[in-house]
Amino acid sequence: MEEQQQGRAVGSMRAWEIGGAVFFFIVGAVVVYDSRRLGSGWAPDGPQAGYFPFYIGVIIIISAIVTLIGAINSGAKGDAAFVYREQMKGVLSILLPSIVYVALIANPVYSLGIYEASAIFIAFFMRWLGKYGWGKIAAVALGVVVTFFVMFEVWFKVPLPKGPIENLLGFN
Amino acid sequence: MQELQSLMGGFAVAMTWFNLMLMFAGVVLGVIIGVLPGLGGANGVAILLPLTFSMAQQPGGATSAIILLSCIYWGALFGGAITSILFNIPGEPWSVATTFDGYPMAQKGQAGQALAAAFTSSFVGAFVAVVVITFLSPLVAKFALRFGPPEFFSVYLLTFCAFVGMAKGAPMKTIASMMLGFALAAVGIDTVTGQLRLTFGFTQLLKGFDFLIAVIGLFGIGEILLTIEEGLVFKGAKAKLNLRVVLDTWKELPKYWKTSLRSSAVGCLMGIVPGGATPASFMSYGVAKRMSRDGPQFGTGKMEGVVAPETAAHAAGTAAMLPMLTLGVPGSPTAAVLLGGLMIWGLQPGPLLFVEKADFVWGLIASMYLGNIVGLIVVLTCVPLFASILRVPFSIIAPVILVICAIGAFTVHNSMFDVWLMLVFGVMGYVFKKLDYPLAPLVLALVLGDRAEDSFRQSMLISQGDMRIFFANGLVGTITTLALLLLFWPLISRGIDVIRGRNDKSPTPE
Repeated sequence: MEEQQQGRAVGSMRAWEIGGAVFFFIVGAVVVYDSRRLGSGWAPDGPQAGYFPFYIGVIIIISAIVTLIGAINSGAKGDAAFVYREQMKGVLSILLPSIVYVALIANPVYSLGIYEASAIFIAFFMRWLGKYGWGKIAAVALGVVVTFFVMFEVWFKVPLPKGPIENLLGFN
Repeated sequence: MQELQSLMGGFAVAMTWFNLMLMFAGVVLGVIIGVLPGLGGANGVAILLPLTFSMAQQPGGATSAIILLSCIYWGALFGGAITSILFNIPGEPWSVATTFDGYPMAQKGQAGQALAAAFTSSFVGAFVAVVVITFLSPLVAKFALRFGPPEFFSVYLLTFCAFVGMAKGAPMKTIASMMLGFALAAVGIDTVTGQLRLTFGFTQLLKGFDFLIAVIGLFGIGEILLTIEEGLVFKGAKAKLNLRVVLDTWKELPKYWKTSLRSSAVGCLMGIVPGGATPASFMSYGVAKRMSRDGPQFGTGKMEGVVAPETAAHAAGTAAMLPMLTLGVPGSPTAAVLLGGLMIWGLQPGPLLFVEKADFVWGLIASMYLGNIVGLIVVLTCVPLFASILRVPFSIIAPVILVICAIGAFTVHNSMFDVWLMLVFGVMGYVFKKLDYPLAPLVLALVLGDRAEDSFRQSMLISQGDMRIFFANGLVGTITTLALLLLFWPLISRGIDVIRGRNDKSPTPE
């Protein structure tokens, strides 16, 4: 809509629609393949394990093909932008740090646990997007994490992945 | 009047200090969830569900757990109105119609009146729906006791076909998304044969996909990504809500009793049929606009335009509990999550629940009355507080919500794999939303997949693979026919339009 402001598009609606339909087609094909492997017919004691999923897979494939045809013939609507580069940047600016965050919680090299990782994650956003001073950042990040710690470990007794600091403090 | 007696028993169960405290906590949490971007009823309940695992194991604990979770749901329903009216941002899809007149009212400086009207009519809608549940659900449950596997499958079929028929978007996309839910539900060990399905040697997939992870990812993470993309800046009207404003609004509201009544009826009907609150709110806004004397002025800030959608949305959201309790078929994504909760707590949803766990069912129904009263009081008194949450900058809110989602996903099975899965579902939710693949059918299919498959298999066993069993008697035949009618409704309604010669107009009101 606001084409001038938003800059270039990342893929047209048509391209993404086709991608979506192909994704569904592949899912459908995988389901059908596995159902055939398990047997999608009739065993002496009743329907086989793949009986129900087989039809699910078939319906997915049919709907994917119909959507695909619709997407290819989508005309001017298909030329519209799926997402603009600026918007995509915004989405990635949340998504990529989130991936790093989840990796920090537990990984084969050095796991930080959910509390430390969360504190770093919140601090990172406040500094990077919000440009807050370190004092405020420390207050919010630690406040949130300590609240969660008390809530989960103490109150509800639901253990979450812990890191080096909790180990030092003797929580396990 | 047996229902009234049971209801009184329910009040006795629900009216303990502990449960009342849970109601209060649930409603407050629910409103916060409803106000926050990226957190809605469905994933809010999903995140908190694991916390109730231990609670539900104590005697009577399941009732307390469902009270807590259902009150979060009521709170979220109330909360959606706050953001719609003050910020012109619908916190929930069913509050979109509330923005049409609610935000103009706020701009005219009548934010307080708009909020009071919205909350009060939400309450009225919910109240009517609970009364309907009280008297109708025992009948439905009793009737459904006669259901065998074919009947249950046809009810599931009806549920899913209703989604296809009532969806605004492309029917094929609704079907694709729903079937994906079924496919995901099939992953893991097949309960009947013990064979592994669709796991391809990955041990993490043995347990299958948990719908809670899907809900947290699809609705939570996906919604945050969408919010970021839209680059929302929260610029809100100030809310001044004092007793004077509330009382003045209450004096004005009875004028709209016809609209309230009509909207409640629309809401209850639409809530029982899945598809639920969102179309109900639009529909009743449209109907009110057509029937009201002030119809042409709708959209400029008429109170009636707030009353109509709010009443219907709340009535529908509440009525969605009826099929969930009586048939085990949820009418909305949030009801689906609650249903999943029942199964996790070891309760079998369905007509037998009314017989075997009468105190649980009636405790829940009684808590609906109480929860909505608590909700009304909470929102009327605390609006400024909740509105201030939206003024917290996004650079703080977003990471905190993501942390909450991650913790929620982890606690379901204490598994990091689930947290990764949540991110994958999040990206999926974002792309699906952009491509107009509806998410609600996916979640519903994921929750109901195993049950639907079981009833289908059992039916096939009875009939030895003959599909005609779904038309074998009047009851199952009627339900199946109705389901097929709904499935092909997009085609049928287009056909009717062609015959009437107005194919340029879309059949559903936007």
